Amino acid sequence: MLTYLKVFLVGGALCALGEVLILKTKLTPARILVVYITAGAALSALGLYGPLARFAFAGATVPLTGFGHALAQGAISAVQETGLLGAFTGGLAATAGGIAAAVFFGFLAALLFRPRPKDF
Amino acid sequence: MQQSGKKQALIREYAQLVRRLTPKSQLGLGCLRAFWVGGAICLLGQWIAEAAQRWLSLPLSAAQTAASITLVFLTALLTGIGVFDRIARYAGAGTVVPITGFANAMVSPAMEFKPEGWVLGTGARLFTIAGPVLVYGIASSVIVGILYYFIRW
Amino acid sequence: MRTGRSTLVFEHRPRILSSAAVTGPKEGRGPLGRDFDLVLDDPAFGEKSFEQAERKMFQTACEICLKKAKKPAEKVQALLGGDLENQIMAASLSARALEIPFLGLYGACSTMAESLILGSILTDGGFADPVLCAAGSHYATAERQYRFPLEYGNQRTPAAQWTVTGAGACLLSQTGRGLARAVSACVGRVVDLGISDVNNMGAAMAPAAADTLLRFFADTGTAPRDYDRVISGDLGGVGSHLLKEMMRKEGQPLTDEMYLDCGLCIFDGRDDVHAGASGCGCSAAVLSALILPKLRSGKWKRVLFMATGALLSPTSAQQGETIPGVAHVICLEGE
Repeated sequence: MLTYLKVFLVGGALCALGEVLILKTKLTPARILVVYITAGAALSALGLYGPLARFAFAGATVPLTGFGHALAQGAISAVQETGLLGAFTGGLAATAGGIAAAVFFGFLAALLFRPRPKDF
Repeated sequence: MQQSGKKQALIREYAQLVRRLTPKSQLGLGCLRAFWVGGAICLLGQWIAEAAQRWLSLPLSAAQTAASITLVFLTALLTGIGVFDRIARYAGAGTVVPITGFANAMVSPAMEFKPEGWVLGTGARLFTIAGPVLVYGIASSVIVGILYYFIRW
Repeated sequence: MRTGRSTLVFEHRPRILSSAAVTGPKEGRGPLGRDFDLVLDDPAFGEKSFEQAERKMFQTACEICLKKAKKPAEKVQALLGGDLENQIMAASLSARALEIPFLGLYGACSTMAESLILGSILTDGGFADPVLCAAGSHYATAERQYRFPLEYGNQRTPAAQWTVTGAGACLLSQTGRGLARAVSACVGRVVDLGISDVNNMGAAMAPAAADTLLRFFADTGTAPRDYDRVISGDLGGVGSHLLKEMMRKEGQPLTDEMYLDCGLCIFDGRDDVHAGASGCGCSAAVLSALILPKLRSGKWKRVLFMATGALLSPTSAQQGETIPGVAHVICLEGE
C-alpha cells in the first residue's frame, strides 16, 4: 500500500511541476516533453534518478523523465557490454517497446479513426 | 528592426497594460488537477507492471516496458475515440508528462493528417510534435553513453 | 476621394444589396444562431476534409448572397475575398467554381473589412458592379495550421480565442435598394507593439485597432459618439478591454453602450471559448447576421465596422517574430 502511495505522490508531483512550468514559463507542452526527457537522461547519468526509480517505481518511470532515465541507463549498460558501439545502440534498445508501440498504435489509430468533430 | 527610444518606451508601457488586463491561469487549481490525474496514470502503470510480473512472470524491466506499451495503447485508443483531448483539457500536464503525452503527440497528428495521404500525411507527420522528444532523448542517451565510455564513473 | 491623411470617402456611397452567413453548429447554438442563413449540422459539411468543408462554406455563403439579391454569378464583375488557409485556398477554390473574376485577399481576420473597402472602391469608381465580398474561416483548418491536431490534448489559456467556423458574403452595387451603404473607410497601418504570445491575439491586434480608429476620427472630425456603434472584428475579451483602455487614454473613450466586438457576440459563456471568437468568419458572419439587419431596420443609422487581423504565420512565430496587427475600418449607414 505504501508503494502505491509513493507511486501516486511522486508521479503526481512530477506532473504538477510540469503544470507549473507550462503556466509560469510559457513553455509549450512539446518543449516540456523535451525538457523532461533531457533532464531525466542527465539526472540518470549523474546517478540521481536511479534511487528515485527504486523508491517510487512507476511514479518515476511512467513520467517522461523515466523515459530519459531508461535511455541513459540503456546506453550505459550497453557500453559496459559492447564498448563505444553501445552508446549508439543502448538507448533505443532499452526504449524500443514504447517508441514502436507509439508508432504502431498511432498508425493503427489513423487507420481506424478520424478526428472527431466535437465542441464545434 | 531599428527602434527609437520612444517606440521602446511604448512597447514597455503596452506590455505592462497587457499583463494587467490579461486574465491569469489558475496555478493552484491547474497543479491540483495535474497532480491527481498524473498520479493516477502512474498508479495505473504500476498495477500493469505488477500484474505483468506476477502473471506473465516477466522481470522488472520487461514488466515496465509492458506497462509503457499498455499505456501507449490505451492513449491511442482514447485519442482515437476522441476522449483523450477532453481529459487533457482538464488535466494539463497530468496527461502531458506521463508517457501518455508522448503517445498522444504521435497518435493525434497521425490521425489529423490522414487527408494528406498515408505517406506524406500520416507517415511523415506522425513525428511533428513528438519528433523533438525522440531527437533530444536519443541524442542525450548517446552523449551519456560516450561520456560513460571515456570516464566510467 | 481622400479626406485628411488617410481616409477615403465614397462619393456614390455604394450599396450592400444583400448579405449571407453560413456557420458551423457551435456558432449556430450561440446568441446569433437564428440569424445565420445556414447553420451546418456537420462541421465537415459532408466533405472528406475540413479544408473542403471550408471551401464549400465560403462558396455557399457567396451563392446564398447572390440568390438573395437575385443576381446570377455571371453578372458579378469581381469577387474579393480570402480566408485563413495557406494560400487562401478556400477563397480560390470557391472562385474557381463561381467563375467570377477574382482578387484573392489575405488580411488574416481583417479580411472582411479589407474586401468591403476594396469592393467599395471598385464600385464607387465605376470599375466593377456588382462586386461580391467574402471571407471565411474554419476552426479545424485553423487549428491544424496554426496550433495542434484536433485530437491533441492541450489546455487553452484564458486569453486564447476560438476560431469561428463560418463564412460571410456581401454584394455591393451602385443601383438597387440596399441593406446599407458604404460611406467612408480608413485602411489600417500594420502596428506591432511587441506581443509575441500567439495565445493572446487580442493583445496583438488592439494597438492596430486604436491606431486606425484614431486616424479615422482625426481625418473625419468625428468621435465615437457620432456613431450608433463602433464594432471591432475579433478582439475578444482581452483585446477589447485593451482597446477601450487605449482609446480612453487618447481622449476618445468607447463606452460599453456604443462599443461592440463581434468576437463577443457569437458564443455565449457556456462554450469554453475563453476570450471569445476569432477568425475571418467571425466579423463576416456577424456583419451579415447582426450589423446589416440593424442598419436596414433603422435601429442603427451609422456604424463603424472595423475588422482586425493578426498577421502572423506559424513560421514567423517560430522564428521569434512578434505579431503584427492590422485593422481596417469602414463606415456604414442605413439607406
